[in-house]
Formats: sequence, structure tokens, C-alpha cells
Amino acid sequence: MNLTLKVWRQLNAKEAGKVETYNVKDISPDSSFLEMLDILNEQLINSDIEPVAFDHDCREGICGMCSLYINGEAHGPDRKVTTCQLHMRMFKDGDTITIEPFRSAGFPVVKDLVVDRSAFDRIQQAGGYVSVNTSGNTQDANAIPIPKADADKAFDAATCIGCGACVATCKNGSAMLFVSAKVSQFSLLPQGQVEKDRRVLNMVDQMDSEGFGNCTNTGACEVECPKGISLDNIARMNRDFLSASILSKDK
Amino acid sequence: MSVLNSNIPEGPIKDKWTNHKNNINVVNPANKRLIDVIVVGTGLAGGSAAASLAEMGYNVKAFCYQDSPRRAHSIAAQGGINAAKNYQNDGDSVYRLFYDTVKGGDYRAREANVYRLAEVSANIIDQCVAQGVPFARDYGGLLDNRSFGGVLVSRTFYAKGQTGQQLLLGAYSAMNRQINKGKIKMYNRHEMMDLVKVNGEARGIIARNLVTGEIERHSAHAVVLCTGGYGNVFFLSTNAMGSNVSAAWKAHKRGAFFANPCYTQIHPTCIPRSGEDQAKLTLMSESLRNDGRIWVPGKLEDAQAIREGKLKPTQIKEEDRDYYLERRYPAFGNLVPRDVASRAAKERCDAGFGVNQTGEAVYLDFASAIERYGKTEANIKGLDANDSKLVNELGTKVVEAKYGNLFQMYEKIADENPYKTPMKIYPAVHYTMGGIWVDYNLMTTVPGCYAAGEANFSEHGANRLGASALMQGLADGYFVLPYTIGNFLAKDIRTGEIPTDTEEFDQAEKEVKERLDFFINNKGSKSVDHFHKRLGKVMWNKVGMSRNEQGLKEAVDEIKQIREEFWKDVKVPGVSHGLNPELEKAGRVADFLELGELFAKDALHRNESCGGHFREESVEVGGEQDGEALRDDVNFRYVAAWEYKGEPSDAVLHKEQLEFNDIELKQRSYK
Ligand SMILES: Cc1cc2nc3c(=O)[nH]c(=O)nc-3n(C[C@H](O)[C@H](O)[C@H](O)COP(=O)(O)OP(=O)(O)OC[C@H]3O[C@@H](n4cnc5c(N)ncnc54)[C@H](O)[C@@H]3O)c2cc1C
Ligand code: SF4
Ligand code: FES
Repeated sequence: MNLTLKVWRQLNAKEAGKVETYNVKDISPDSSFLEMLDILNEQLINSDIEPVAFDHDCREGICGMCSLYINGEAHGPDRKVTTCQLHMRMFKDGDTITIEPFRSAGFPVVKDLVVDRSAFDRIQQAGGYVSVNTSGNTQDANAIPIPKADADKAFDAATCIGCGACVATCKNGSAMLFVSAKVSQFSLLPQGQVEKDRRVLNMVDQMDSEGFGNCTNTGACEVECPKGISLDNIARMNRDFLSASILSKDK
Repeated sequence: MSVLNSNIPEGPIKDKWTNHKNNINVVNPANKRLIDVIVVGTGLAGGSAAASLAEMGYNVKAFCYQDSPRRAHSIAAQGGINAAKNYQNDGDSVYRLFYDTVKGGDYRAREANVYRLAEVSANIIDQCVAQGVPFARDYGGLLDNRSFGGVLVSRTFYAKGQTGQQLLLGAYSAMNRQINKGKIKMYNRHEMMDLVKVNGEARGIIARNLVTGEIERHSAHAVVLCTGGYGNVFFLSTNAMGSNVSAAWKAHKRGAFFANPCYTQIHPTCIPRSGEDQAKLTLMSESLRNDGRIWVPGKLEDAQAIREGKLKPTQIKEEDRDYYLERRYPAFGNLVPRDVASRAAKERCDAGFGVNQTGEAVYLDFASAIERYGKTEANIKGLDANDSKLVNELGTKVVEAKYGNLFQMYEKIADENPYKTPMKIYPAVHYTMGGIWVDYNLMTTVPGCYAAGEANFSEHGANRLGASALMQGLADGYFVLPYTIGNFLAKDIRTGEIPTDTEEFDQAEKEVKERLDFFINNKGSKSVDHFHKRLGKVMWNKVGMSRNEQGLKEAVDEIKQIREEFWKDVKVPGVSHGLNPELEKAGRVADFLELGELFAKDALHRNESCGGHFREESVEVGGEQDGEALRDDVNFRYVAAWEYKGEPSDAVLHKEQLEFNDIELKQRSYK
């Protein structure tokens, strides 16, 4: 396949960026999208142009490091995959592909296609844990049976990879899907109950202070989420938040 | 006498760890506040270590090269984690887990360490459940288990195909709690560039801020390296793109011996490579071998027809298939350990039975499992178990519930539906058992420098059993290091903060800067990847799944040659002050080019076959075990720990003899 790429280039957070156009040739439809970018970069290096910086690591759709806004969609045109799992067979010979970073007030650009998602870490630090010491002297793992349905739902919520596609997709730049996934995981498990109120209040508070927008229930996040995190989690978090704001002793 | 002292405590194996904990030095809680610890790496080992040390009161500085600690490559572990809980009541015990692990490692691991690992394994599961890790459960609400290769019990805990993710997020949450309290200072997008020694002890690191390019000095009273494995020396592996040996290699150059570099795990079930531009390989979890059956066509002409696209696997009749693992190893069948399964796949493919265009693939088939589960479901639901369409639907659902994400991953990459046609798989580099030599306390030969997780040479001997790396990482970080590090730090309660404006830091920083400048100014003609790919080819062809003297000697020379060319002709674009992924890669590949040679040298000196290290000169001849690996316990029952002396060819070998008092050394049979 031969392709025309329109790629966002930006030297660093301070400088303004612009779109550059590059051509790549003989790309195999079996290549992944990032392998296609590897080929582009090899080509740029050989012609003394600085390669395009983009985030990636596991290349298996699990670390959440890769991002990219491809032809106007977070993680590109395929569903339930990250960019590293996107394959070139989703495109046609002769296509023009626009590649931009994840854009949002909460995610400043670091360079080219790399953005700073550390706001996500700070939200987790505000309460995304169970306060238990790692002494090993906890009770036996089977002491509290957990209904399979709850355990499964908690697991589904916990599979969020923290990629930020939900934020990049949302017209308001809301981080609700991401935050609600963590809140829900603990909310569904007995181990999470003690700190339930504090957790949701603190995490939402941190989310607001990071400059993420409000949720207006458009649902675009669920569609673009590579891990199929469900909007039910947002509903659950809203309930938890409401009850914590009204009733909690931890306010 | 060897210069190596493994510091194994006295006493019967069952009591060693308890006695040791009772006897080693501890630092009282008030004094821990006066002590700083650097933890490099935030995977299962580093994340759990950082969280535990901070909880105990130490001031922790943690480093990772990704943009968040949650992205360490532990996140990618799929299948599960072992623990001797015996929840399934199938006779599991600490001893059995210990025995399986030592045997699985082909009797090249240190008994006392492995026993301790088995002993603390059950605590890991308790700990993780308390943290809210959502392991898989059965309908009674209790934890579910699966079995993994090389064992006869079901002791593997799992969270679908995302066990590593869930465990790492557990450790990450424990870290977050401490970051929030100010007890851990987290340095994301920072790469360790060197280890700094003061008066012979590890007292800090030089790190590069990958965003600004700034070179930073960080001091501490001890440095813990949890920087993962070095499988990327093969270029293609199941490791993350950034996985590297550099942190470990820098410590090696500063005096930490590097043990058993040649012990590499080549995992039998990975998606076969598709083309020259491929950047990495994808694992299909070993848990799939619980339900998938591995086969190739029994007739050469069928294999050829398949390769030419004239025949489909589903058209080959049952009697014309060769389920070679079930045939060769009736006792363990598809669940033989990884090294055995990988070699068997290579053997069939080399003999011409491979099933993709390159001839390097075998089938992993779920048809029987789908039928079996479908029938059971039909019976449970009171439906017609002879309705094959219904049975197929029901069975597909069961398989999807167990392995859904893996099947999806396969389908996205291979563009084939594995519910309908068998998966194609082939072995790939996956894990490195070798690593920095450590004693029982996990301390390296540099005082104050510790290594944990995949970075150390650890408990897996010459072959790691599935689901035991996650176990080791968390055991090291949650339960071992927090105790053993006190033994070293107890003397430091009055030392005070380690200054960074000293000659040692000056010198280390200068060397780091010089090397970075060299890369930027070299302006050669070939990219870093060009050299990395060449190195990978030599490693795979001559130091891969099967090795011989001649190939290894050639490999040593060829790697040396590539290294020389690299330093002359590498081209690194951009600048060093700012984000520059090519510059990062250059540093990592430079270290791989040294490690690769030591790796080949180690493989050459070990003239026996053991675990993942298969020497063609050392095989069983005749009898039931004909063609299987032949260990040489008389001459090679030791850990090979290499001391750095400049060029890899000058490295000096030190031997740690392995004593087996609690397990009898046997031929490792899975027949
Ligand atoms: C695809 C896959 C599946 C697996 N499945 C299983 C399984 O089912 N069960 C099992 O038991 N094992 C499994 N393993 C093995 C297991 O996941 C790893 O061995 C284990 O997670 C390693 O953990 P770690 O903490 O030692 O290192 P890692 O998780 O690799 O972490 C390394 C850390 O070090 C940091 N780092 C590295 N170099 C530097 C540097 N120079 N400077 C700063 N930071 C640095 C990284 O940022 C990272 O935080 C699997 C491995 C792979 C690749
Ligand atoms: S909710 Fe989905 S899109 Fe958002 S960070 Fe998590 S995985 Fe990514
Ligand atoms: S690179 Fe890890 S999810 Fe894409």
C-alpha cells in the first residue's frame, strides 16, 4: 500500500505545531499502524529529518501508552483496539491519513504526538486504592466470598488501561469514564466499602481541579474506549458521588 | 573458595526464612525516616517494593521510563500467578510448589530461595485480594484456579487473560497511596543512566529526564534495581519496545556480577512472525494449552498443501494429524514445560511439517475443547447434546468467557477467527532467567545495590515455569526486600543524606554526558534499529532455541563486529536536550551489543543442555529419553556469575556451586 500521511509536528510544549505531509510506500496490510510509523521514521532518519515522536511500549493493547487521533478518531477507525493493535488492512491503498495527538486541556502536548497524561496518575493518587498495608498478614483470600457477577463486573471496570481515549474523544474533554472505572471497581467489591465515600469525593475533586470538562452523557467515550468500559460505570459513580455528598461523614 | 557468598541461612530448609527474619538487623521505625531508598522500575517487583518500603517508613524515590508507573511491562502478563493455597484440594503444598519449581528449572536454581518463594506465595494472594484485585471466581464466590505447564495441580490464580494488569494495578494503587502521603517521590519518564558508588557502596544513580533531556543526580542509602528482563537483545520478543538491559548492565559495569546470561525462555505459543518490518512478537498465554491441542499434519504432503494454501486445517482428518506433544509426552501432553514444548515445535517445523508460508508455525486447536464444553453446557441446561450446532454455540461461549481477550487479540493480528480455525503459533523469546547475581538477601555483589524481579537471576534456574514470574516479582517486593534491606541499612541510621556534589557523582555524570554527546555528534549512516535487527538475527540463529559450539563461536565474533560498526556508524538524529526516542534506543542497543556477546560466551562455556539452554552436543542417546536434553550435573551444577573486566571477552567467571539437600537430582522427565 502507498499512503499519504498528514502528521502533527511540534517541537515541544512551548512552540506552536503544524501539520507535515509525508509519503510512505509498500506498506503491508498485515503491518500494525505503529509498524507503519516505524517505517516512516526509518525513512525520515535516512533523509536527515527528525523522526516523529509517539508514545508506545507494550504494542499489545494493554499498557495504555500508545495514543493518536487518527482520521478524527481516538485509536483510529477500528473498534475495541488501541492504536498499537490497529492494522493497516483497515486502510486502502492511496489513502490519506491524518495523525494528531490526543487533544484536551488535561493533556498538554509534550512533543509531536506525545502528550502528558500525568493528570490521570494524580487522580488515582487522590484515592484509587484500598488502604491496606502490604504486610501479608491480611485474612485468607477466600474468607469473604464475592458473588461471581460482582467480581466479573469489578474486573470489567478494572480493565481500563488509562489511555485517555475517552477524554480525547469527548467534546467536553471529560474524564468521567476513566475515573468511574476505578471508582466502580472498588465500589463493587467488599474490600472497597470502608473508604467508598472518601474515595469518590477525593477522586472527583482531583478530576475537577485537573481541568477536565463536565460529562453531558453523549456517550462518545464508550464508543471509542478500546477496552469497552461501560457507561454504567459513570451512572454508578454518579450515584456513589451523590450519596457521599449528602450522607457521608467524610465530607 | 569462590568470592561469592550466597548468605543462605543455617538450619532446615523449612525454617531458614523464619530464622533469618528473626536474626537479621532491623531499622527502628523512627530511624527509617532518616533513610532514602531508590527503586528503579515500577513493575510488579519495583512497584511492590516501593510501596512496601514507603509503608515501613523509608523515603522512597521511584523511577520508570514510561509516562506512568502503571505501564511497566508486568502489565502485559496474561495467564496467571501461582500460589500454594491448595484451594482445589488436589494435594498442593509449599513443598510441591518448591519441588515443581526446582525441577521445572532443571535443577539450576538455589534451593533456599525457591523454598522461600513457595512459602510466601500464599500471602501474595491474600494481599492482592485485600487490595481489591478482581481475580476470577467461581459461582460459589470463591477464587478459581487453572493449571499451567510442568505441574500436575491447579494452583494458578488468574484474572481472565489480564492477570499481570490486575496485579500491577494493585501494586500501583499501593504506590499511589504512598505517593499521596509523600512517602514515595515518583519520577516518570526518567531513565537510569548509571549507578553511583561511594566508598564501594551503591549510593545513587544518574538519571535522564526523558522529556527535558536533563541529566540528574539522585542519592540514597541503597539502590534497588527492578528493571525487568533483557529479551530484547533478540530484537524480536514478547517484551515491550522499551524493555532493556541498560540499568542492569550499568550495575554490572560497576561491579555487580551478571549470572547465567544465556538462560532464556523461548515461549512456545506466540503469534508467528509475518514480515521483515515486524517490530515485536505477541504472546498467546500458556493458559491456552489447558484447552488447546497442539498439532501439525502427520503427512508431509498435507503440510505442503497447507503452506501453498490448497488445504485448510479443518479439512485434515483426525487420523492424519500429529498431536506431537500428546504422542511424545503422554503424562503431561500439551502441558509440558515451555522449553520442551518449544523444542518440539521447532523439531516438527525443521522436519518440514510447519503450517504457514515460512514453515515456522504449528496449530493450537480449540475444536475439541469447544465441543467438550458445549456438551457439558447442553447437559447442564437440559438441552440436546447431540445438536452439533447448539453444542458449538454453547462451547464457544465458554471458551470466550475464559480466553475472550486473547482470542480477540489473535484475530486482530492474524486476521483469522480462532473459534473456527486453529490458531497458528510458534516459539518466541519471552523471558530471561539470567540476570544480576544476588545473594539470599537479594543483594548484588555491590553492597547496597539490590536486584529483584526479572532483573535478578533468581529462582527459575534454567527454565521458568508459567505463572511463577509474577509470583517472584511480588514475593521479592512485598515480602522479601522489605526485611532483607534492613540488614544493610541498619548501619546507616546516622549517615545522614548522601551528598550529590561529590567526585563520584561528578565523574558518573560526566561519563553519561560524554556518551550522549557522542551519539548525537557521531552522524553515522545507519539507524539504531539497523544494528539492533542485525544483532537480533545473530542471536536468534546462533544463540536461540538450539545452540552448538561452532555457531556460538561465530556469534561471539559477529556480535563484536556489529558492535564495532555500531560505534563507528550509528546515526542518532535530534538533540540530547529534549525528548529524543532515538537517543534512548541508541543507549539501550549499545548495552545489548555488549550483553549479547557475554550471553553467547556463557552459552558456549556451558557445555551441557539444561532447561532453555539446549546444546546440540549434549543430548540423550537411546532409550526412552532418546533425543532429550542431557544435563551434566558433575561439571555444571553451578551458577555462572560473570565479573566485568572491560570487553565482554575478558569477563571473569565465578561459580556458585548449587547444593541440593532437599530434592534429589533427577533426569527431568515429562513422559
Ligand atoms: C507478554 C508476557 C506475558 C507474561 N505472562 C506471565 C504470566 O502469565 N505469569 C507470570 O508469572 N509471568 C508472566 N510473564 C513474565 C512476567 O510478566 C515478567 O517477568 C514480570 O512481570 C517482570 O516484572 P518486573 O517487575 O521484574 O519488571 P517489569 O514489569 O518489566 O518492569 C520493569 C520496570 O523497570 C523500568 N525500567 C527499565 N529500565 C529502566 C531504566 N534504565 N531506567 C528507569 N526505569 C527502567 C520500567 O520503566 C519498568 O517500570 C509474562 C511476560 C510477558 C512479556
Ligand atoms: S476508560 Fe477506556 S478510553 Fe478511557 S482511559 Fe480507560 S481504557 Fe482508555
Ligand atoms: S503500546 Fe501498549 S497499549 Fe498500545
